[in-house]
Amino acid sequence: MKKSAFIILFVLSAAVWAYFTLTAPARQKLVLTGSSTVAPLAAEIGRLFESQYPGVRIDVQTGGSSRGVKDARMELADIGMASRTLKATESDLLSFTIALDGISIILNRDNPITALNKQQIIDIYTGKIVNWQAVGGSKAPITVVNKAEGHSTLELFLHYLGLKNTQVKPQVVIGDNQQGIKTVAGNINAIGYVSIGAAEYEAMHGTAIKLLPLNGIPASVKNVQNQSFPLSRPLNLITKKQPTGIIKAFIDFARSPEVNPIIEAQYFVPVAN
Amino acid sequence: MFLSQTDKHLSLWLRLCTLISATILALIIMFLLAESWPLLKHGVLTQFISDESWHPAQRLYNILPMLSATLLSTLGALTLATPLGIASAMFNRYYAPSFLASGYRRIIELMAGIPSVVYGLWGLTTLAPVINLWHPPGVSLLCAILVLAMMILPTIALTADSALGAIPVVFHQTAAALALSRWGTIRHVLLPLAKSSIGAGIMLATGRAIGETMAVLMVAGNVVQQPDSLFDSVRTLTANIALEMAYAMGDHRAALFVSGLALMLMIILLAGLAEINKRSS
Repeated sequence: MKKSAFIILFVLSAAVWAYFTLTAPARQKLVLTGSSTVAPLAAEIGRLFESQYPGVRIDVQTGGSSRGVKDARMELADIGMASRTLKATESDLLSFTIALDGISIILNRDNPITALNKQQIIDIYTGKIVNWQAVGGSKAPITVVNKAEGHSTLELFLHYLGLKNTQVKPQVVIGDNQQGIKTVAGNINAIGYVSIGAAEYEAMHGTAIKLLPLNGIPASVKNVQNQSFPLSRPLNLITKKQPTGIIKAFIDFARSPEVNPIIEAQYFVPVAN
Repeated sequence: MFLSQTDKHLSLWLRLCTLISATILALIIMFLLAESWPLLKHGVLTQFISDESWHPAQRLYNILPMLSATLLSTLGALTLATPLGIASAMFNRYYAPSFLASGYRRIIELMAGIPSVVYGLWGLTTLAPVINLWHPPGVSLLCAILVLAMMILPTIALTADSALGAIPVVFHQTAAALALSRWGTIRHVLLPLAKSSIGAGIMLATGRAIGETMAVLMVAGNVVQQPDSLFDSVRTLTANIALEMAYAMGDHRAALFVSGLALMLMIILLAGLAEINKRSS
């Protein structure tokens, strides 16, 4: 009796499994993996794309730019997503810019500091300056907020300052943009850096943060668009081979002016006009 | 030992279930070992305790600061939550008037049901700024201990409460007949009777505190360092995995699985110690 119960269970699960594997490929599936910055944008574009190509399903998974590059190279995904330009070691891949993103240094709104130069930012992040007084602020210790290793935001920030992560002396390490914004909003002496789109949106909606200008150029979506803001990055779709068929259709769609409202709605900056 | 037919069936099923649980545990350990193998096969196990820091991008993999952060935050939370939890259970059982006791119990049950991420968010937006006024940066070992203590308090309180509730009424009657005071009864009769159940509740809470990820990730600050004081920012092993896993590749990924392995060993060690302690007492 026990044996037959087992057999029935086995047959049933095999049948369920077979049902799903046999019926699933009836629709064409496009898998995108990679940067958590690009993913929400790709998902929105995907939704619009699906409505125009009813036979296609877009599956977006996050895991960081590094995963996007890796998956595209190993062809685990049809398209990889990366929030940075390809490195020299990645020249075997093709990249297609769909939007731009900037990184802004953020301070608490009530911090009297209005601007910092590059050297001051380097000294703060390497622990040479530990008090706001040294850069003309109030007499209070600085809380340095850094990103966890592996994030492309961290890579871009360190690259801009010419630092290695071992040199950075943080008091707080955060994961995503929202955690960074909440940390700085809750601590008057904190300094951090997050995507401009997210920071500008939060600052406009009353969160207690402010965006610092760099080289006298205000940190804004507008200045990322005209490419005058120094701390910015492209959001790329990555493929291993010259895209064809449905992959090409999706990439062309993502680069067309048709998706600009989606890009702007997520506080990124469109490249297509 | 005599077993009836039904007992034999049940015994077989129970053995099967035990075997499955044990196999799953063994598989998890094997999986962790397999995933950390790319790094372990170089043979230098000591690098996980002797490297100067945790900077996986530069191939530095010291996990000791995170191991001690996990231990310290758990220990701190237990030190706060255990006496409070037991006191709360005693109040609820023996001191609170009945209308208060049922309402109070509902509140503790509600506390146990709040998702940990909500405690984390509260800690980040409310508790950390308060600690920051006292001593920056706010997000710190202390903040993690307080949030964890809040989270495990209901676990300890509820298990202690039901342990005390399970004591047969005859003990109360006998104690009353001997004219013991209320506190004397609790201290010398009821608590010793409920000791092992309360201990099991504390073990459960310990497991929850060690394994907690999201709440600690939000409030501990996540800097990898040996804390000099309660106000220093620390990173626990679980937070480390959650922070970096999504972006890790190659040796970095393997190093995170080594953190997972270390966490697993720590929990096995703790469970073993608890077992030894139980047998010797």
